[in-house]
Amino acid sequence: MVFDVVISTGSNVPIYRQIVDQVRHAIASGDLAVGDQLPSVRVLAERLLVNHNTVAKAFNELVRDGVLESRHGLGAFVAKRRNVFSTAERRRRLDAAITTLTSEALLLDFSHEELLEAVAKKLNGFPKEKRKA
Amino acid sequence: MSDTVIQTHGLTRVYGQKVAVNQINLTVLRGSVTALIGRNGSGKTTAIRMLLGLVPPTRGHATVLGCDSRQLTPEIRARVGYLSESHFAYHWMKVREAAAFQKGTFPKWKQNIFHGIVDHLGLNTETKVGSLSRGERAGLCLALTLAPEPEVLVLDDPALGLDPVARRALVEAMLAVTQHRDRTILFSSHLLDDVERVADHVAIIDQGVLRVEASVDEFCSRVSVWRLTFDRFPDRLPEIPGLIHTRFIDNQIQLTVANSDDGTAALIASIGANRIEQTEAGFQQAVIDYLTVRGGTGSLLKAVGVPAAERETVAVVGG
Repeated sequence: MVFDVVISTGSNVPIYRQIVDQVRHAIASGDLAVGDQLPSVRVLAERLLVNHNTVAKAFNELVRDGVLESRHGLGAFVAKRRNVFSTAERRRRLDAAITTLTSEALLLDFSHEELLEAVAKKLNGFPKEKRKA
Repeated sequence: MSDTVIQTHGLTRVYGQKVAVNQINLTVLRGSVTALIGRNGSGKTTAIRMLLGLVPPTRGHATVLGCDSRQLTPEIRARVGYLSESHFAYHWMKVREAAAFQKGTFPKWKQNIFHGIVDHLGLNTETKVGSLSRGERAGLCLALTLAPEPEVLVLDDPALGLDPVARRALVEAMLAVTQHRDRTILFSSHLLDDVERVADHVAIIDQGVLRVEASVDEFCSRVSVWRLTFDRFPDRLPEIPGLIHTRFIDNQIQLTVANSDDGTAALIASIGANRIEQTEAGFQQAVIDYLTVRGGTGSLLKAVGVPAAERETVAVVGG
């Protein structure tokens, strides 16, 4: 699959956050690999028809979090995985994500087994090797 | 070069008994794209016309590029592009004559920009302005406004009457302007999709009062929606500071609140709902909730952190 960003207006997710989420997802699912170049801020802004500051903000956040690296004058690339978060912080973030997932799933009346099964199925879609810290 | 391009101090306009614009303090920074949002008749056009010296303020004043708006010099005017709501152009001129006429008042005139827009919209330069459709005339006015590459663009409802192609062209044209860091746009619009794409600052005006002045990001992060689910509705809701809007949906009450803090959370917890969820409102929802409510004075939300004004309590009828 080719990497593409699709944004929607009128959502309760701000546009810059939609871009951040989709880039993160594309990397996690393997649509973007380490070293891949992203379109420039200007090009992506033109394609999405949004203010370039919005795209720049998304890219800045991704660079800050170590997801992308910006090479001066060349643009933004998918960074080699280096964890900018401490183990405790990684745990905390994982826990927050799991809390949202489980409460949502249980409120929707899924059983524990069904939830575990769905998570396992989702994981099958992602590359398996553990990232080097 | 100053960082403030437009500034108003207590800008007020009274027509007879009606306060059309009520003590507006607005700051527009260089390089920003500010959307002025408000319902019809809320005072947007009057405020814009005062900025450009077309209507004298009853009280207060405004400066544009450091010059008092009542004494704008031709030199300053040439640096400001204004697109009026009525999309005025002389009906007896041909399209190319309108361009030649406009060119006379602007020392910097880029004929290629004018033709770029006019060609894109499929306008014939030999057509009389009077026989253009409303949308075509809007497109012509946009081209006339953009061709001098003004430092400051003031667009009063530029999307009014535009067809989908012209509307897309308008958004693209505004985005192209934002590529230049030192060019500034102030525009009013009812099209929140376009505002979300283009604007980085938002000013919400309701019944002549400026209710919100903030960056879009700050605005979104400061307005949250609390969704409360009940078995039985309470008889009354407590007075919640910063409450913008209350909505009843089935067994739920949805509260849109500005500047939620721990106090807000405690108050909302005291209502006794079975379940409480808090989410970000999202830009469009927040705007609409601000404009839906009636009454209330003062700006609830300011970029500079002015505390929430008091709002009247909403009494709840039992479910």
